[in-house]
Amino acid sequence: MFKGDWIARRLVIDPLFKGRSTVKKFIIYGLISISLIVADYQFDQMQRIRGWLSLAVTPVQWLVDVPQRSWTWLDERLQVRDELIAENKQLRAQTLLAERRVQKLAALTVENFRLRDLLNSSEQLDEKVIVSELIGINSDPFTHQVIINNGFNSGAFVGQPVLDATGVMGQITSTSAFTSRVLLITDADHAIPVQVNRNGLRSVAYGLGQYDYLELQDLSDTADIEVGDILVSSGLGLRFPKGYPVAKVIEVKHSAGQDFAKVLAKPTAQLDRSRHLLLIETPQQQNIAQQGDN
Amino acid sequence: MVVQAAHNLWVPIVTLLIAFMLSALPMLEWVQWGWPEWVLIVFIYWVIALPHRFGLGWAFILGLLLDLLQGNHLGVNALAMVVVTFFAMLMYRRLRMYRAWQQAFVIFVLVAINQCISYWFQGIGSNASSGLWFLLPAPVSGVLWLWLFVVLRGVRRAFKVA
Repeated sequence: MFKGDWIARRLVIDPLFKGRSTVKKFIIYGLISISLIVADYQFDQMQRIRGWLSLAVTPVQWLVDVPQRSWTWLDERLQVRDELIAENKQLRAQTLLAERRVQKLAALTVENFRLRDLLNSSEQLDEKVIVSELIGINSDPFTHQVIINNGFNSGAFVGQPVLDATGVMGQITSTSAFTSRVLLITDADHAIPVQVNRNGLRSVAYGLGQYDYLELQDLSDTADIEVGDILVSSGLGLRFPKGYPVAKVIEVKHSAGQDFAKVLAKPTAQLDRSRHLLLIETPQQQNIAQQGDN
Repeated sequence: MVVQAAHNLWVPIVTLLIAFMLSALPMLEWVQWGWPEWVLIVFIYWVIALPHRFGLGWAFILGLLLDLLQGNHLGVNALAMVVVTFFAMLMYRRLRMYRAWQQAFVIFVLVAINQCISYWFQGIGSNASSGLWFLLPAPVSGVLWLWLFVVLRGVRRAFKVA
């Protein structure tokens, strides 16, 4: 027994758990935990290990989603016929409108390709898309993350951009076989390069840990930015594709004596509501992700 | 042996599984801030009740699972759970003698320690700050304990977990 180790001496009296081994165990498990934390901050390989370990908690995530899924299922089956007919009509009308737009778009795309050819530019216009469904929301209020039902088995990769129907949602930060974790653009650890759609002014939108706000911290006080401006992804970080809507400016505060304007923007994506998400896959990005892995 | 079959260890495991599901439940944002640390307090109960069955090894594994579930850095919750379980093991005999409100106070302190550890280690290099709100689960867990203790004791007696 250690000299002066009063905890050990006190515990060793108790025959139920051998005292010294409790203190020893405490030290050992504590050290393992701390080295795990350090390793997780330091080494990228931990992503892989975490991917496989996450399989252990996947059933819990599925179970938690069961009430929501069964409610949707019931709701779809219990809808009255009239409602369905009305909805059908409405959808038909929407499809018609969308088709008209697509026809126009096809012509424009061809034209765009021709013009790009003229400019010798090899930039891709169309990206491959995987449709994914949200199965869980992180319950920790410090982090804005959601869990989706596509893992590396169905082609999701770390760094992949995620959109919903109205704008950029975030990016995948870890994948396991059947699920992935998406870091939302409003997380306090996230930043996305953007530009003002009206005049191309570039900036970076930082998350603040609140679902309604992004902040532009690096715009000079005289920068040309107004309330109502749309911010789109600029593609400069080589992670998010160019030109998708990110946020709408809702507040520009100039204060005398400050070098930078304080600009707040509201994300256009429905970060706390969307259930169907799109994973964007551009060949360049996959390459970058793979290079990052190796 | 017949005696071994009578331990009924699946009961605590099921309660812990339920605790995991409760902790992963999607919530309104303001509810989330005060959402109790279900896994931790359920586990503390089993440590106090059956210290010869549930110890630091369990705490480490459960913490690791919690990290995976919440997407924290691996080891953050594991460390917090190990530290808190160690304290709980040091004073489980005293805790058993305490009145309900005294126990609730100890739980409040233990959960607060847990929150501090996980907040500090998770927050390295992040620009989130919301004052002391991260401590809110501690008083909530303390109050919840008054009810949870009675329920889990009932469960333990009904299924004769030993």
